[in-house]
Amino acid sequence: MSESKLDLLQGTLDLMVLQTLAAMGTLHGYGIARRIEQVSGNEVLLNQGTIYASLVRLQQRGWISAEWGTSTNNRKAKFYSITKRGRKQLSQDAAYWQRLSEVMGRVLALPEGSGDK
Amino acid sequence: MSSRLLRLIRRLRSFFRVTEQDRDLDAEMSAHLELAIEENLQRGLSQDEARRQALIHFGGSQQAKENHREARSLPLLETLLQDFRFALRMLRRSPGFALLAIFCLTLGIGANAAVFSWMEGLLFRPYPMVANQERLVALTGSTKADRTGLSWPDFLDLQRNCKLFDAFFVSKITGTTLSIGDRAQVVTGSIVSANYFNTLGIHPILGRAFDPEEDVGRSAHPVTVISYQLWKERFGGDPQIIGKTQRMDGVIHTIIGVAPEGFYGTFVGWAMKFWVPASMEDTFEAGGYKLEDRGERWIESYGRLKAGVTLEQAQQEVSAVAKRLDADYPATNRGHGIQLWPLWQTPFNNAGNLLPTLETMLVVVVFVLLIACANVGNLLLVRSFARRHEITVRVAVGAGRKRLLQQLLIEGLVLSAIGAIGGLLIARWCSHLLVLLLPVRNGNAMHLPGEMDWRVMALSIAVCLLATLLFALVPAIQTSKIDLAGTLRSEMAGVARGRGKSWVRSTLVVVQVSLCFILLVGAGLLLESLQKIRSDSPGFSTDGVLVTAVNLVASGYDAEHAKSFQEELIDRIQALPGVESVAFARQTPLGYGTFSSAPIAVEGYQPAPDEQPSADYNQVGPGYFATVGIPLVSGREFTRSDNETAAPVAIINETLAARYWPGKNPVGERLQAKGKWMQIVGIAKTSKYYSMREQPKPFFYVPRRQDFSISGALTIRTRLRPEIFAAAMSRELKAMDQNLALYEVISLQEQVDRSTSAQKVAVTLTGTLGGLALVLAAIGLYGVMSYTVSQSTRELGLRMALGANSSGLFRLVISRGLVLTISGIFLGAALAVGLTRLLGYLLYKVSPYDLRAFGYAFLVLTLVSLIACFLPAWRATRVDPIVALRYE
Repeated sequence: MSESKLDLLQGTLDLMVLQTLAAMGTLHGYGIARRIEQVSGNEVLLNQGTIYASLVRLQQRGWISAEWGTSTNNRKAKFYSITKRGRKQLSQDAAYWQRLSEVMGRVLALPEGSGDK
Repeated sequence: MSSRLLRLIRRLRSFFRVTEQDRDLDAEMSAHLELAIEENLQRGLSQDEARRQALIHFGGSQQAKENHREARSLPLLETLLQDFRFALRMLRRSPGFALLAIFCLTLGIGANAAVFSWMEGLLFRPYPMVANQERLVALTGSTKADRTGLSWPDFLDLQRNCKLFDAFFVSKITGTTLSIGDRAQVVTGSIVSANYFNTLGIHPILGRAFDPEEDVGRSAHPVTVISYQLWKERFGGDPQIIGKTQRMDGVIHTIIGVAPEGFYGTFVGWAMKFWVPASMEDTFEAGGYKLEDRGERWIESYGRLKAGVTLEQAQQEVSAVAKRLDADYPATNRGHGIQLWPLWQTPFNNAGNLLPTLETMLVVVVFVLLIACANVGNLLLVRSFARRHEITVRVAVGAGRKRLLQQLLIEGLVLSAIGAIGGLLIARWCSHLLVLLLPVRNGNAMHLPGEMDWRVMALSIAVCLLATLLFALVPAIQTSKIDLAGTLRSEMAGVARGRGKSWVRSTLVVVQVSLCFILLVGAGLLLESLQKIRSDSPGFSTDGVLVTAVNLVASGYDAEHAKSFQEELIDRIQALPGVESVAFARQTPLGYGTFSSAPIAVEGYQPAPDEQPSADYNQVGPGYFATVGIPLVSGREFTRSDNETAAPVAIINETLAARYWPGKNPVGERLQAKGKWMQIVGIAKTSKYYSMREQPKPFFYVPRRQDFSISGALTIRTRLRPEIFAAAMSRELKAMDQNLALYEVISLQEQVDRSTSAQKVAVTLTGTLGGLALVLAAIGLYGVMSYTVSQSTRELGLRMALGANSSGLFRLVISRGLVLTISGIFLGAALAVGLTRLLGYLLYKVSPYDLRAFGYAFLVLTLVSLIACFLPAWRATRVDPIVALRYE
């Protein structure tokens, strides 16, 4: 079941968390993890626990903020939302990823053996 | 930038609030699981299955916590703390190693800190409580040949004309005798210009400082400011002290102020007990009233530069003034310049004396520290071999090189931090050590405190960090070359690899030996100098001559009374059993005071235009030359008939004779000094007058009766021991005048020895530190040799199995040790040839390349290294070949 799942590259989880919060507004940790799993179509190998390291990292950088609150079904949970600086950072990082994946795509599109000619 | 800072602050905060953050995370994680379980339940899973799925998806909770912690905290700080704890654990586990390393470092750093504190307290900031000491400079007069004092009128001209100075002030050391019961207490004080206290920023705690007009008039202002210590000890801290009086040098002085505690005046070497204004010069100084005489160069003075003015600029300004004075007052100032000195080169107090010694010490302690570092480096190295397995495993499981280096450095830092604490304690304890090496005069010990201020601390800590880098880097280099596979594959310890790696240790030993050799050569040269200087003839007999003094001035005698008193005293002493002869003199050679000095004229001699003949002279009583043992080469001694009413006569020394009457016998010729023509009646051999190092000086003697001063010294030729004579003489004194007290009685040899005490300090310190270095180097050599032997057990066993006998093995080990030693000695000798010249001033009639010193150092080091190698070599002969070959 997990053989074909993607290992997360360093730093990608942070970006996913930022994007998720930007898109969904305020969410708790479990919500963020589920959301990422859903969006990725269960293709990402995510131990849900790892997202808390990412959350604290983003918090310390001032890109997201956190607050204890109550969930829709009345459970106490910590809710995260993206800050203004977080949005700025997100747009930068997203642009960077776009470029990188385009380049990677082009490089990987080179047919094998094409350098010989 | 600010966001980085913010993050750092958050991280630091979370670093110290670990538990709170952990609790927070725990709560968050359990909320997460509950949310997950709830969702799973809603999807229709059973309670157990819902929980199981939630846990699986969450992953390792410990790992999550760990990641969280790492992300939120400072990894560097945390690993530093880890390494620190680990280092402490490692040290506790091998206490022998730790103690030895700390011992070496404590000595090394302690010696450095002690010398720093002396340099700070004696040379750079010698005057506690004085403001802006870094801008103080010392002033002296200078002629082509010599250094002189300044005259008071010249000093006033400097004050008026120099724009680059905040102020000038005078501080001329003097002394007086305070009688306390039947004991005379000699106290040191200063004649100062009236601006003294205000310029230094010292405010009396009681009463006032001097007023400007107190500089003026002959003995017109008998007022004094006393030191805190004198106030406490002699006056019992009397709060009503201001306005009370104290007789000093025969004059009743009014006490107008008490200096604050901790202010010792401005003379390196002595703590001042009282201060009197310049107008009282006549009372305290020999030679009459000098405040209006430009030719009397008696004062010692300082100036304080304005902020930002360099010594060179100030020197130019002062020289310009001196040049004007030269032109305006040719009679007194022809050929006289004025020179500025940085405080640490002050020539008229002990700073100038101690400077070469302390400079040498600085080099010596750096060497000792290097030797200590080499030792610790070696110890760490040996231990890093013992820990090879541990380190290899750590590298194998993925410890980065950086992390390993960091850990080694931290271990080193822990060692040197403990060493530094010990070292600073030693330095504190040593801060009054210098005084112990110097003679006590008239019951007064010198005042030479080291100063442990923040500069000394900072420098010591810097040295400590540097040392850490030096010795901790040695095993680090080695570690960074660890061959993982090789070490893990086999723990084989054998000759081949032993050799490959032992070069670092061998190099360290060679360096140690060479540094040690240089120190031993230095100590040897200084010791030889001391022996030479102490055995050299000063030109008078040091054997069987005593000197002492009776202070008549303090007891209020006038000249007439003093004359008759002294005559009677001479007769009484002469009558004592065991006394051969006795004579008065104003000064004794190599004593503490200064001789009178005057411009001279010689009948029939025309001085060159820029030449101003002058000479020092002494006023001596009948029989002085016989008593002190200065041979007369021609003519006669002074007698009792050379008195006030007789024709003025003089005895000159051979140097003076040779300079102005070359090739002639000047007996019967005439010499003029202080406006008085004297007939030369004798020629004395040139002796030493101020110091054993001086060049032959022109000098003359006049009869005491023809140039009388109340104060004077007694010289006694006797076989009696000083204390026996002192007891007898005290009885005679008491019989004549109950109020009189005797100064200390010492032999002339003692007086000569005291004059060379700087030499003795240098010898004692280099000798001690050289011995220390020797011990350290021996430990280093022993360590390396015994480690080599223990690591080459296999080789030794093989040799034995192949027929080598034990004496052969013994020789093998010894010769390996000797090769190291001899290489070190050769390296050291090459360096020493370049370095010993720096001893310059401290050497006396000893060449810096003196073969004996080099030879002794060679012998001592070779011998010590033989001893150090003996035990390892003996152990080598005890190797059992069977065991050795099975060893692996």
